[in-house]
Amino acid sequence: MRSKARNNPGMLLRAWLLLHAQSFIYSLGQYYRNLLTSILTTAVIGISLALPGGFYLLLENAHQITAGWDDSVQITAFLKSDVDDAIATELVGRLLEYKNIEEAKLINRDQVLAEYRELSGFSEVIDILDENPLPSIIIIKPKLMTLPDGVDRLIIEFISSQPEVEIAQYDQQWVKRLYGIIDIIQRCIILFSVLISFGVLLIVGNTIRMAIYNHRDEIEITKLFGATDYFIQRPFLYTGFWYGLSGGMASWALLTITLQFLKQPVDRLAKLYASEFSISALSGTETMIMLLCGVFLGVFGSWISVQRHLKTIELN
Amino acid sequence: MIRFNNVHMQYRGGYLALKNINLHIEQGAMAFIAGRSGAGKSSMLRLIALMERHSRGQIIINGQNLERVRDSRIPYYRRNIGFVFQDHRLLRDRTVFDNVALPLVIAGHRHTEIRKRVSAALDKVGLLKKESLNPITLSAGEQQRVGIARAVVHRPLLLLADEPTGNLDPALSLDTMKLFEQFNQVGVTVLIASHDMEMIKKMHKRIITLREGRIPTHFGNTSANEKSD
Ligand SMILES: Nc1ncnc2c1ncn2[C@@H]1O[C@H](COP(=O)(O)OP(=O)(O)O)[C@@H](O)[C@H]1O
Ligand SMILES: [Mg+2]
Repeated sequence: MRSKARNNPGMLLRAWLLLHAQSFIYSLGQYYRNLLTSILTTAVIGISLALPGGFYLLLENAHQITAGWDDSVQITAFLKSDVDDAIATELVGRLLEYKNIEEAKLINRDQVLAEYRELSGFSEVIDILDENPLPSIIIIKPKLMTLPDGVDRLIIEFISSQPEVEIAQYDQQWVKRLYGIIDIIQRCIILFSVLISFGVLLIVGNTIRMAIYNHRDEIEITKLFGATDYFIQRPFLYTGFWYGLSGGMASWALLTITLQFLKQPVDRLAKLYASEFSISALSGTETMIMLLCGVFLGVFGSWISVQRHLKTIELN
Repeated sequence: MIRFNNVHMQYRGGYLALKNINLHIEQGAMAFIAGRSGAGKSSMLRLIALMERHSRGQIIINGQNLERVRDSRIPYYRRNIGFVFQDHRLLRDRTVFDNVALPLVIAGHRHTEIRKRVSAALDKVGLLKKESLNPITLSAGEQQRVGIARAVVHRPLLLLADEPTGNLDPALSLDTMKLFEQFNQVGVTVLIASHDMEMIKKMHKRIITLREGRIPTHFGNTSANEKSD
Protein backbone atom coordinates (compact mmCIF):
# COMPACT_ATOMS: atom_id res chain seq x y z
CA MET A 1 0.00 0.00 0.00
CA ARG A 2 1.59 3.22 -1.09
CA SER A 3 0.29 6.67 -0.53
CA LYS A 4 -0.44 8.48 -3.76
CA ALA A 5 1.15 11.71 -2.53
CA ARG A 6 4.54 10.05 -2.40
CA ASN A 7 4.80 9.51 -6.11
CA ASN A 8 5.02 13.11 -7.21
CA PRO A 9 8.05 15.09 -5.95
CA GLY A 10 6.51 18.45 -6.80
CA MET A 11 3.41 17.73 -4.81
CA LEU A 12 5.50 16.30 -2.03
CA LEU A 13 7.55 19.49 -1.76
CA ARG A 14 4.48 21.68 -1.87
CA ALA A 15 2.79 19.58 0.76
CA TRP A 16 5.90 19.70 2.89
CA LEU A 17 6.12 23.49 2.69
CA LEU A 18 2.43 23.79 3.40
CA LEU A 19 2.70 21.57 6.46
CA HIS A 20 5.60 23.64 7.76
CA ALA A 21 3.76 26.89 7.22
CA GLN A 22 0.67 25.44 8.88
CA SER A 23 2.39 24.16 12.00
CA PHE A 24 4.48 27.34 12.19
CA ILE A 25 1.34 29.46 12.40
CA TYR A 26 -0.51 26.84 14.42
CA SER A 27 2.23 26.74 17.06
CA LEU A 28 2.09 30.52 17.34
CA GLY A 29 -1.63 30.10 17.94
CA GLN A 30 -0.77 27.51 20.61
CA TYR A 31 1.35 30.16 22.31
CA TYR A 32 -1.71 32.37 22.67
CA ARG A 33 -4.05 29.54 23.58
CA ASN A 34 -1.93 28.71 26.63
CA LEU A 35 -1.01 32.29 27.33
CA LEU A 36 -0.19 31.96 31.03
CA THR A 37 2.11 28.95 30.58
CA SER A 38 3.66 30.61 27.55
CA ILE A 39 4.35 33.89 29.30
CA LEU A 40 5.80 32.12 32.33
CA THR A 41 8.07 30.03 30.13
CA THR A 42 9.13 33.10 28.17
CA ALA A 43 9.84 35.00 31.39
CA VAL A 44 11.92 32.19 32.84
CA ILE A 45 13.95 31.83 29.65
CA GLY A 46 14.29 35.62 29.43
CA ILE A 47 15.62 35.98 32.96
CA SER A 48 17.87 32.93 32.58
CA LEU A 49 19.47 34.33 29.44
CA ALA A 50 19.66 37.87 30.84
CA LEU A 51 21.86 36.75 33.75
CA PRO A 52 24.86 35.51 31.75
CA GLY A 53 24.14 38.21 29.17
CA GLY A 54 24.35 40.85 31.90
CA PHE A 55 27.63 39.48 33.25
CA TYR A 56 28.99 39.40 29.75
CA LEU A 57 28.12 43.08 29.28
CA LEU A 58 29.73 43.90 32.62
CA LEU A 59 32.94 42.26 31.46
CA GLU A 60 32.81 43.95 28.08
CA ASN A 61 32.52 47.31 29.81
CA ALA A 62 35.32 46.43 32.23
CA HIS A 63 37.47 45.62 29.21
CA GLN A 64 36.62 48.99 27.75
CA ILE A 65 37.71 50.75 30.95
CA THR A 66 40.94 48.83 31.24
CA ALA A 67 41.79 49.01 27.55
CA GLY A 68 45.13 50.75 27.19
CA TRP A 69 46.19 49.82 30.68
CA ASP A 70 48.30 47.02 29.41
CA ASP A 71 50.53 49.67 27.80
CA SER A 72 51.63 50.54 31.27
CA VAL A 73 52.68 47.02 32.14
CA GLN A 74 56.41 47.21 31.96
CA ILE A 75 59.50 45.89 33.62
CA THR A 76 62.24 48.06 35.02
CA ALA A 77 65.70 46.50 35.11
CA PHE A 78 68.17 48.33 37.38
CA LEU A 79 71.72 47.79 36.14
CA LYS A 80 74.74 47.32 38.35
CA SER A 81 76.61 50.58 39.02
CA ASP A 82 79.77 49.51 37.20
CA VAL A 83 77.96 48.91 33.87
CA ASP A 84 78.82 51.54 31.32
CA ASP A 85 76.70 52.71 28.38
CA ALA A 86 78.40 50.51 25.78
CA ILE A 87 77.76 47.32 27.73
CA ALA A 88 74.21 48.46 28.55
CA THR A 89 73.45 49.08 24.86
CA GLU A 90 74.74 45.63 24.09
CA LEU A 91 72.44 44.25 26.79
CA VAL A 92 69.45 46.04 25.20
CA GLY A 93 70.25 44.29 21.96
CA ARG A 94 70.36 40.93 23.72
CA LEU A 95 67.06 41.57 25.47
CA LEU A 96 65.33 42.53 22.22
CA GLU A 97 66.26 39.15 20.77
CA TYR A 98 64.20 37.45 23.49
CA LYS A 99 60.91 36.38 21.93
CA ASN A 100 58.48 37.73 24.53
CA ILE A 101 59.99 41.18 24.73
CA GLU A 102 58.42 43.85 22.62
CA GLU A 103 60.53 46.83 23.49
CA ALA A 104 63.59 47.66 25.57
CA LYS A 105 64.87 51.19 26.15
CA LEU A 106 68.02 52.23 27.91
CA ILE A 107 67.98 55.26 30.16
CA ASN A 108 71.53 55.87 31.31
CA ARG A 109 72.35 57.13 34.77
CA ASP A 110 72.82 60.73 33.64
CA GLN A 111 69.36 60.79 32.08
CA VAL A 112 67.94 59.14 35.16
CA LEU A 113 69.57 61.78 37.31
CA ALA A 114 68.28 64.60 35.12
CA GLU A 115 64.77 63.16 35.23
CA TYR A 116 64.99 62.68 38.97
CA ARG A 117 66.23 66.20 39.45
CA GLU A 118 63.26 67.51 37.49
CA LEU A 119 60.64 65.39 39.16
CA SER A 120 61.81 65.38 42.75
CA GLY A 121 62.67 69.02 43.30
CA PHE A 122 65.75 67.99 45.30
CA SER A 123 68.10 69.56 42.75
CA GLU A 124 70.17 71.36 45.39
CA VAL A 125 70.72 68.20 47.37
CA ILE A 126 71.76 66.36 44.24
CA ASP A 127 74.18 69.11 43.33
CA ILE A 128 75.99 68.56 46.61
CA LEU A 129 76.80 64.96 45.69
CA ASP A 130 80.01 64.74 43.69
CA GLU A 131 79.10 61.38 42.20
CA ASN A 132 75.81 60.18 40.59
CA PRO A 133 74.39 57.57 43.00
CA LEU A 134 71.72 56.38 40.54
CA PRO A 135 72.07 53.29 38.32
CA SER A 136 71.24 53.12 34.64
CA ILE A 137 67.93 51.45 33.93
CA ILE A 138 66.32 49.60 31.04
CA ILE A 139 62.56 49.86 30.56
CA ILE A 140 61.21 46.65 29.03
CA LYS A 141 57.76 46.08 27.57
CA PRO A 142 56.73 42.47 27.33
CA LYS A 143 54.41 41.27 24.56
CA LEU A 144 51.53 41.21 26.97
CA MET A 145 48.69 40.21 24.70
CA THR A 146 50.38 36.97 23.79
CA LEU A 147 51.50 36.20 27.30
CA PRO A 148 50.57 32.70 28.41
CA ASP A 149 50.58 31.78 32.10
CA GLY A 150 54.04 31.59 33.58
CA VAL A 151 55.76 33.37 30.73
CA ASP A 152 55.69 36.66 32.61
CA ARG A 153 57.81 35.05 35.33
CA LEU A 154 60.16 33.61 32.73
CA ILE A 155 60.76 37.09 31.33
CA ILE A 156 61.65 38.44 34.74
CA GLU A 157 63.93 35.47 35.36
CA PHE A 158 65.60 35.93 32.02
CA ILE A 159 66.24 39.60 32.63
CA SER A 160 67.43 39.02 36.20
CA SER A 161 69.86 36.35 35.06
CA GLN A 162 71.78 38.83 32.93
CA PRO A 163 75.08 39.57 34.71
CA GLU A 164 74.72 43.33 34.21
CA VAL A 165 71.33 43.42 35.94
CA GLU A 166 71.09 44.13 39.62
CA ILE A 167 67.35 43.64 39.93
CA ALA A 168 64.33 43.55 37.62
CA GLN A 169 60.71 44.08 38.59
CA TYR A 170 57.27 44.71 37.20
CA ASP A 171 55.75 48.14 37.39
CA GLN A 172 52.06 48.18 38.10
CA GLN A 173 51.78 44.54 39.05
CA TRP A 174 48.16 45.15 39.97
CA VAL A 175 47.09 45.63 36.35
CA LYS A 176 48.26 42.12 35.68
CA ARG A 177 46.43 40.88 38.71
CA LEU A 178 43.27 42.59 37.51
CA TYR A 179 43.60 40.86 34.19
CA GLY A 180 44.03 37.60 36.03
CA ILE A 181 40.85 38.21 37.97
CA ILE A 182 38.95 39.19 34.84
CA ASP A 183 40.11 35.97 33.23
CA ILE A 184 38.79 33.95 36.16
CA ILE A 185 35.47 35.78 36.12
CA GLN A 186 35.22 35.16 32.40
CA ARG A 187 35.57 31.44 32.94
CA CYS A 188 33.04 31.51 35.76
CA ILE A 189 30.57 33.18 33.42
CA ILE A 190 31.10 30.50 30.80
CA LEU A 191 30.46 27.78 33.40
CA PHE A 192 27.48 29.69 34.70
CA SER A 193 26.08 30.06 31.18
CA VAL A 194 26.40 26.34 30.58
CA LEU A 195 24.50 25.60 33.80
CA ILE A 196 21.82 28.14 32.95
CA SER A 197 21.49 26.59 29.49
CA PHE A 198 20.80 23.23 31.07
CA GLY A 199 18.18 24.89 33.22
CA VAL A 200 16.53 26.44 30.18
CA LEU A 201 16.54 23.09 28.40
CA LEU A 202 14.81 21.51 31.39
CA ILE A 203 12.22 24.27 31.57
CA VAL A 204 11.39 24.14 27.88
CA GLY A 205 11.43 20.35 27.98
CA ASN A 206 8.98 20.29 30.84
CA THR A 207 6.62 22.78 29.20
CA ILE A 208 6.68 20.72 26.00
CA ARG A 209 6.13 17.53 27.98
CA MET A 210 2.94 19.05 29.39
CA ALA A 211 1.91 20.17 25.91
CA ILE A 212 2.42 16.64 24.61
CA TYR A 213 0.41 15.28 27.50
CA ASN A 214 -2.42 17.73 26.80
CA HIS A 215 -2.49 16.74 23.13
CA ARG A 216 -2.41 13.00 23.72
CA ASP A 217 -5.79 12.37 22.09
CA GLU A 218 -4.79 14.33 19.04
CA ILE A 219 -1.42 12.58 18.80
CA GLU A 220 -3.06 9.16 19.03
CA ILE A 221 -5.60 9.97 16.35
CA THR A 222 -3.08 11.48 13.97
CA LYS A 223 -0.84 8.45 14.46
CA LEU A 224 -3.73 6.12 13.64
CA PHE A 225 -4.47 8.04 10.47
CA GLY A 226 -0.90 7.66 9.32
CA ALA A 227 1.00 10.67 10.67
CA THR A 228 4.77 10.23 10.70
CA ASP A 229 6.81 11.11 13.77
CA TYR A 230 8.02 14.20 11.91
CA PHE A 231 4.48 15.35 11.38
CA ILE A 232 3.62 14.86 15.02
CA GLN A 233 6.71 16.48 16.48
CA ARG A 234 6.79 19.48 14.16
CA PRO A 235 4.29 21.68 16.02
CA PHE A 236 6.06 20.98 19.31
CA LEU A 237 9.41 21.96 17.85
CA TYR A 238 7.86 25.16 16.53
CA THR A 239 6.34 25.83 19.93
CA GLY A 240 9.84 25.46 21.36
CA PHE A 241 11.05 27.87 18.70
CA TRP A 242 8.52 30.50 19.77
CA TYR A 243 9.40 30.04 23.45
CA GLY A 244 13.08 30.43 22.67
CA LEU A 245 12.62 33.45 20.42
CA SER A 246 10.31 35.24 22.82
CA GLY A 247 12.63 34.35 25.72
CA GLY A 248 15.57 35.80 23.80
CA MET A 249 13.63 38.97 23.12
CA ALA A 250 12.60 39.20 26.77
CA SER A 251 16.21 38.95 27.93
CA TRP A 252 17.24 41.56 25.38
CA ALA A 253 14.54 43.87 26.74
CA LEU A 254 15.61 43.21 30.33
CA LEU A 255 19.25 44.05 29.57
CA THR A 256 18.41 47.13 27.55
CA ILE A 257 16.17 48.48 30.30
CA THR A 258 18.83 47.77 32.93
CA LEU A 259 21.51 49.54 30.89
CA GLN A 260 19.30 52.55 30.34
CA PHE A 261 18.69 52.62 34.06
CA LEU A 262 22.43 52.63 34.82
CA LYS A 263 23.57 54.88 31.99
CA GLN A 264 23.05 58.29 33.58
CA PRO A 265 24.86 57.71 36.90
CA VAL A 266 27.71 55.89 35.17
CA ASP A 267 28.18 58.73 32.69
CA ARG A 268 28.22 61.22 35.56
CA LEU A 269 30.81 59.16 37.41
CA ALA A 270 32.93 58.84 34.28
CA LYS A 271 32.89 62.60 33.87
CA LEU A 272 34.18 63.02 37.43
CA TYR A 273 37.14 60.83 36.46
CA ALA A 274 37.55 62.82 33.24
CA SER A 275 36.93 59.58 31.38
CA GLU A 276 35.38 59.16 27.94
CA PHE A 277 33.80 55.94 29.17
CA SER A 278 30.14 55.32 28.52
CA ILE A 279 28.17 52.10 29.06
CA SER A 280 27.92 50.20 25.81
CA ALA A 281 24.63 48.49 25.03
CA LEU A 282 24.22 45.20 23.19
CA SER A 283 25.50 45.46 19.65
CA GLY A 284 23.49 44.12 16.72
CA THR A 285 25.64 41.01 16.59
CA GLU A 286 25.31 40.41 20.30
CA THR A 287 21.55 40.81 20.08
CA MET A 288 21.47 38.30 17.23
CA ILE A 289 23.57 35.85 19.21
CA MET A 290 21.29 36.22 22.20
CA LEU A 291 18.19 35.54 20.10
CA LEU A 292 19.89 32.60 18.40
CA CYS A 293 20.86 31.15 21.79
CA GLY A 294 17.23 31.46 22.87
CA VAL A 295 15.95 29.82 19.70
CA PHE A 296 18.54 27.06 19.91
CA LEU A 297 17.70 26.28 23.53
CA GLY A 298 13.97 26.39 22.79
CA VAL A 299 14.12 24.07 19.81
CA PHE A 300 16.70 21.74 21.34
CA GLY A 301 14.83 21.55 24.66
CA SER A 302 11.59 20.67 22.92
CA TRP A 303 13.37 18.21 20.64
CA ILE A 304 14.73 16.31 23.64
CA SER A 305 11.32 16.32 25.26
CA VAL A 306 9.62 15.16 22.06
CA GLN A 307 12.11 12.32 21.63
CA ARG A 308 11.50 11.18 25.17
CA HIS A 309 7.77 11.61 25.53
CA LEU A 310 6.19 10.96 22.13
CA LYS A 311 7.30 7.36 22.34
CA THR A 312 5.49 6.83 25.62
CA ILE A 313 2.13 7.49 23.97
CA GLU A 314 0.43 4.16 23.42
CA LEU A 315 -2.28 3.71 20.86
CA ASN A 316 -5.59 2.55 22.26
CA MET B 1 -7.75 -8.39 1.19
CA ILE B 2 -7.37 -9.74 4.71
CA ARG B 3 -5.73 -13.07 5.34
CA PHE B 4 -4.76 -14.59 8.70
CA ASN B 5 -2.75 -17.84 8.70
CA ASN B 6 -2.37 -19.55 12.09
CA VAL B 7 -2.10 -16.20 13.81
CA HIS B 8 -1.32 -16.00 17.52
CA MET B 9 -1.14 -12.84 19.48
CA GLN B 10 0.30 -12.33 22.90
CA TYR B 11 0.15 -9.11 24.89
CA ARG B 12 3.29 -7.88 26.57
CA GLY B 13 2.09 -9.09 29.94
CA GLY B 14 2.01 -12.60 28.46
CA TYR B 15 -1.73 -12.89 27.94
CA LEU B 16 -2.54 -14.91 24.82
CA ALA B 17 -5.41 -12.92 23.29
CA LEU B 18 -5.66 -14.68 19.92
CA LYS B 19 -4.94 -18.34 19.24
CA ASN B 20 -4.46 -19.93 15.86
CA ILE B 21 -6.68 -17.61 13.83
CA ASN B 22 -7.29 -18.54 10.20
CA LEU B 23 -9.30 -16.14 8.15
CA HIS B 24 -9.79 -14.78 4.68
CA ILE B 25 -11.87 -11.77 3.73
CA GLU B 26 -12.01 -10.78 0.08
CA GLN B 27 -11.57 -7.32 -1.32
CA GLY B 28 -14.83 -5.41 -1.30
CA ALA B 29 -16.47 -7.61 1.31
CA MET B 30 -18.23 -6.51 4.47
CA ALA B 31 -17.90 -8.68 7.55
CA PHE B 32 -18.54 -8.61 11.27
CA ILE B 33 -16.37 -9.86 14.07
CA ALA B 34 -18.71 -10.99 16.81
CA GLY B 35 -18.15 -12.39 20.25
CA ARG B 36 -18.45 -11.52 23.91
CA SER B 37 -16.53 -8.80 25.57
CA GLY B 38 -12.95 -9.97 25.99
CA ALA B 39 -13.14 -12.50 23.15
CA GLY B 40 -10.39 -10.73 21.23
CA LYS B 41 -12.33 -8.65 18.67
CA SER B 42 -10.43 -5.44 19.32
CA SER B 43 -7.17 -7.35 19.40
CA MET B 44 -7.80 -8.55 15.87
CA LEU B 45 -8.40 -5.04 14.61
CA ARG B 46 -5.29 -3.82 16.44
CA LEU B 47 -3.23 -6.42 14.60
CA ILE B 48 -4.59 -5.29 11.24
CA ALA B 49 -3.89 -1.65 12.12
CA LEU B 50 -0.36 -2.58 13.29
CA MET B 51 -1.06 -1.12 16.70
CA GLU B 52 0.20 -4.48 17.92
CA ARG B 53 2.33 -7.14 16.29
CA HIS B 54 1.24 -10.78 16.13
CA SER B 55 3.54 -13.27 17.81
CA ARG B 56 3.09 -16.25 15.45
CA GLY B 57 1.63 -16.98 12.03
CA GLN B 58 1.18 -14.70 9.08
CA ILE B 59 -1.08 -11.74 8.31
CA ILE B 60 -1.43 -10.45 4.78
CA ILE B 61 -3.37 -7.25 4.16
CA ASN B 62 -3.89 -6.14 0.59
CA GLY B 63 -1.06 -8.36 -0.56
CA GLN B 64 1.32 -7.01 2.06
CA ASN B 65 2.88 -9.29 4.65
CA LEU B 66 2.64 -7.31 7.88
CA GLU B 67 5.84 -8.79 9.25
CA ARG B 68 7.66 -7.00 6.45
CA VAL B 69 6.21 -3.58 7.30
CA ARG B 70 8.97 -1.84 9.18
CA ASP B 71 8.03 0.48 12.04
CA SER B 72 9.09 3.50 10.02
CA ARG B 73 6.67 2.48 7.23
CA ILE B 74 3.68 1.98 9.51
CA PRO B 75 2.36 5.56 8.99
CA TYR B 76 2.22 5.04 5.21
CA TYR B 77 0.61 1.64 5.67
CA ARG B 78 -2.10 3.13 7.88
CA ARG B 79 -3.02 5.78 5.31
CA ASN B 80 -4.92 3.10 3.45
CA ILE B 81 -7.09 2.28 6.42
CA GLY B 82 -9.98 4.21 7.94
CA PHE B 83 -10.86 3.88 11.62
CA VAL B 84 -14.15 4.28 13.44
CA PHE B 85 -14.25 4.05 17.23
CA GLN B 86 -16.95 3.44 19.78
CA ASP B 87 -16.37 6.80 21.44
CA HIS B 88 -15.84 8.44 18.00
CA ARG B 89 -12.68 10.20 19.28
CA LEU B 90 -13.29 13.50 17.57
CA LEU B 91 -10.99 16.36 18.59
CA ARG B 92 -12.86 18.89 20.64
CA ASP B 93 -10.64 21.85 19.89
CA ARG B 94 -11.63 22.10 16.22
CA THR B 95 -14.61 22.16 13.93
CA VAL B 96 -16.35 19.23 12.29
CA PHE B 97 -14.66 20.22 9.03
CA ASP B 98 -11.18 20.22 10.55
CA ASN B 99 -11.82 16.87 12.23
CA VAL B 100 -12.83 15.26 8.96
CA ALA B 101 -9.92 16.93 7.13
CA LEU B 102 -7.33 15.37 9.46
CA PRO B 103 -6.40 12.28 7.36
CA LEU B 104 -5.99 14.48 4.28
CA VAL B 105 -3.84 17.01 6.12
CA ILE B 106 -1.67 14.16 7.37
CA ALA B 107 -1.26 12.82 3.85
CA GLY B 108 -0.30 16.30 2.68
CA HIS B 109 -3.11 17.11 0.28
CA ARG B 110 -3.63 20.59 -1.09
CA HIS B 111 -6.15 22.91 0.40
CA THR B 112 -8.55 22.90 -2.54
CA GLU B 113 -8.46 19.11 -2.66
CA ILE B 114 -9.13 18.92 1.09
CA ARG B 115 -12.05 21.33 0.76
CA LYS B 116 -13.60 19.24 -2.01
CA ARG B 117 -13.17 15.85 -0.39
CA VAL B 118 -14.27 16.88 3.09
CA SER B 119 -17.43 18.44 1.69
CA ALA B 120 -18.16 15.27 -0.27
CA ALA B 121 -17.62 13.07 2.80
CA LEU B 122 -19.78 15.27 5.02
CA ASP B 123 -22.44 15.33 2.34
CA LYS B 124 -22.54 11.54 2.26
CA VAL B 125 -23.16 11.33 6.02
CA GLY B 126 -25.69 14.17 5.78
CA LEU B 127 -23.79 16.71 7.88
CA LEU B 128 -22.59 19.21 5.31
CA LYS B 129 -24.51 22.02 7.02
CA LYS B 130 -22.76 21.39 10.32
CA GLU B 131 -19.19 21.55 9.07
CA SER B 132 -18.28 24.69 11.00
CA LEU B 133 -19.73 23.53 14.31
CA ASN B 134 -17.76 22.08 17.17
CA PRO B 135 -18.39 18.32 17.44
CA ILE B 136 -19.42 18.58 21.11
CA THR B 137 -22.54 20.48 20.02
CA LEU B 138 -23.70 17.49 17.96
CA SER B 139 -25.82 14.54 19.05
CA ALA B 140 -24.24 11.13 19.64
CA GLY B 141 -25.47 9.81 16.30
CA GLU B 142 -24.17 12.88 14.46
CA GLN B 143 -20.81 12.64 16.18
CA GLN B 144 -20.48 9.05 15.08
CA ARG B 145 -21.32 10.07 11.51
CA VAL B 146 -18.61 12.71 11.62
CA GLY B 147 -16.29 9.94 12.78
CA ILE B 148 -17.32 7.84 9.80
CA ALA B 149 -16.81 10.75 7.41
CA ARG B 150 -13.29 11.15 8.82
CA ALA B 151 -12.67 7.42 8.33
CA VAL B 152 -13.57 7.46 4.63
CA VAL B 153 -12.48 10.93 3.52
CA HIS B 154 -9.06 9.72 2.36
CA ARG B 155 -10.69 6.87 0.38
CA PRO B 156 -9.14 3.99 2.27
CA LEU B 157 -9.16 0.48 0.88
CA LEU B 158 -10.16 -0.89 4.25
CA LEU B 159 -12.53 0.43 6.89
CA LEU B 160 -12.12 -0.87 10.45
CA ALA B 161 -14.77 -0.14 13.07
CA ASP B 162 -14.58 -1.19 16.72
CA GLU B 163 -18.01 -1.25 18.37
CA PRO B 164 -19.15 1.71 16.26
CA THR B 165 -22.69 1.48 17.62
CA GLY B 166 -21.76 0.81 21.23
CA ASN B 167 -23.04 4.18 22.39
CA LEU B 168 -26.08 4.40 20.14
CA ASP B 169 -29.68 3.26 20.55
CA PRO B 170 -30.96 0.43 18.26
CA ALA B 171 -32.55 2.72 15.66
CA LEU B 172 -29.42 4.88 15.35
CA SER B 173 -27.27 1.78 15.32
CA LEU B 174 -29.07 0.40 12.32
CA ASP B 175 -28.78 3.76 10.49
CA THR B 176 -25.06 3.75 11.17
CA MET B 177 -24.71 0.22 9.88
CA LYS B 178 -26.59 1.18 6.72
CA LEU B 179 -24.07 3.95 6.26
CA PHE B 180 -21.22 1.44 6.45
CA GLU B 181 -23.07 -0.66 3.91
CA GLN B 182 -23.23 2.31 1.53
CA PHE B 183 -19.48 2.78 1.70
CA ASN B 184 -19.02 -0.94 1.21
CA GLN B 185 -21.16 -0.76 -1.92
CA VAL B 186 -18.70 1.68 -3.52
CA GLY B 187 -15.86 -0.78 -3.01
CA VAL B 188 -14.44 -0.25 0.48
CA THR B 189 -13.72 -3.45 2.37
CA VAL B 190 -15.45 -3.11 5.76
CA LEU B 191 -14.67 -5.01 8.94
CA ILE B 192 -16.74 -4.25 12.02
CA ALA B 193 -16.20 -5.60 15.52
CA SER B 194 -19.36 -5.70 17.58
CA HIS B 195 -20.88 -7.70 20.39
CA ASP B 196 -24.42 -6.62 19.41
CA MET B 197 -25.50 -9.92 17.85
CA GLU B 198 -29.07 -8.82 17.29
CA MET B 199 -28.09 -5.90 15.13
CA ILE B 200 -25.39 -7.87 13.31
CA LYS B 201 -27.90 -10.50 12.27
CA LYS B 202 -30.13 -7.86 10.72
CA MET B 203 -27.35 -6.92 8.31
CA HIS B 204 -27.14 -10.33 6.60
CA LYS B 205 -23.37 -10.19 6.20
CA ARG B 206 -20.66 -12.62 6.96
CA ILE B 207 -20.09 -13.10 10.69
CA ILE B 208 -16.82 -14.25 12.22
CA THR B 209 -17.39 -15.29 15.78
CA LEU B 210 -14.57 -15.19 18.27
CA ARG B 211 -14.59 -17.06 21.51
CA GLU B 212 -11.80 -16.76 24.02
CA GLY B 213 -9.37 -15.80 21.30
CA ARG B 214 -10.28 -18.57 18.88
CA ILE B 215 -12.61 -18.98 15.92
CA PRO B 216 -14.49 -22.16 16.80
CA THR B 217 -15.48 -24.01 13.62
CA HIS B 218 -18.77 -25.25 15.09
CA PHE B 219 -19.92 -21.70 15.70
CA GLY B 220 -21.26 -20.77 12.30
CA ASN B 221 -17.78 -19.94 11.15
CA THR B 222 -17.51 -22.73 8.64
CA SER B 223 -17.87 -20.38 5.71
CA ALA B 224 -14.87 -18.43 6.92
CA ASN B 225 -12.52 -21.33 6.75
CA GLU B 226 -13.98 -22.81 3.61
CA LYS B 227 -13.31 -19.62 1.75
CA SER B 228 -9.65 -19.63 2.57
CA ASP B 229 -7.91 -21.62 -0.10
N1 LIG C 1 -3.05 -4.07 26.33
C1 LIG C 1 -3.40 -5.28 26.81
N2 LIG C 1 -2.56 -5.97 27.60
C2 LIG C 1 -2.89 -7.18 28.07
N3 LIG C 1 -4.05 -7.78 27.83
C3 LIG C 1 -4.94 -7.16 27.06
C4 LIG C 1 -4.67 -5.87 26.50
N4 LIG C 1 -5.73 -5.50 25.77
C5 LIG C 1 -6.63 -6.50 25.86
N5 LIG C 1 -6.16 -7.48 26.63
C6 LIG C 1 -6.85 -8.75 26.94
O1 LIG C 1 -7.05 -9.45 25.74
C7 LIG C 1 -8.33 -10.05 25.74
C8 LIG C 1 -9.07 -9.64 24.49
O2 LIG C 1 -9.31 -8.25 24.57
P1 LIG C 1 -10.05 -7.47 23.41
O3 LIG C 1 -9.42 -7.80 22.12
O4 LIG C 1 -10.09 -6.04 23.79
O5 LIG C 1 -11.49 -8.09 23.47
P2 LIG C 1 -12.86 -7.55 22.89
O6 LIG C 1 -12.58 -6.39 22.01
O7 LIG C 1 -13.44 -8.72 22.16
O8 LIG C 1 -13.71 -7.18 24.06
C9 LIG C 1 -9.01 -9.62 27.00
O9 LIG C 1 -8.98 -10.68 27.93
C10 LIG C 1 -8.21 -8.49 27.52
O10 LIG C 1 -8.17 -8.47 28.91
MG1 LIG D 1 -13.20 -4.42 22.22
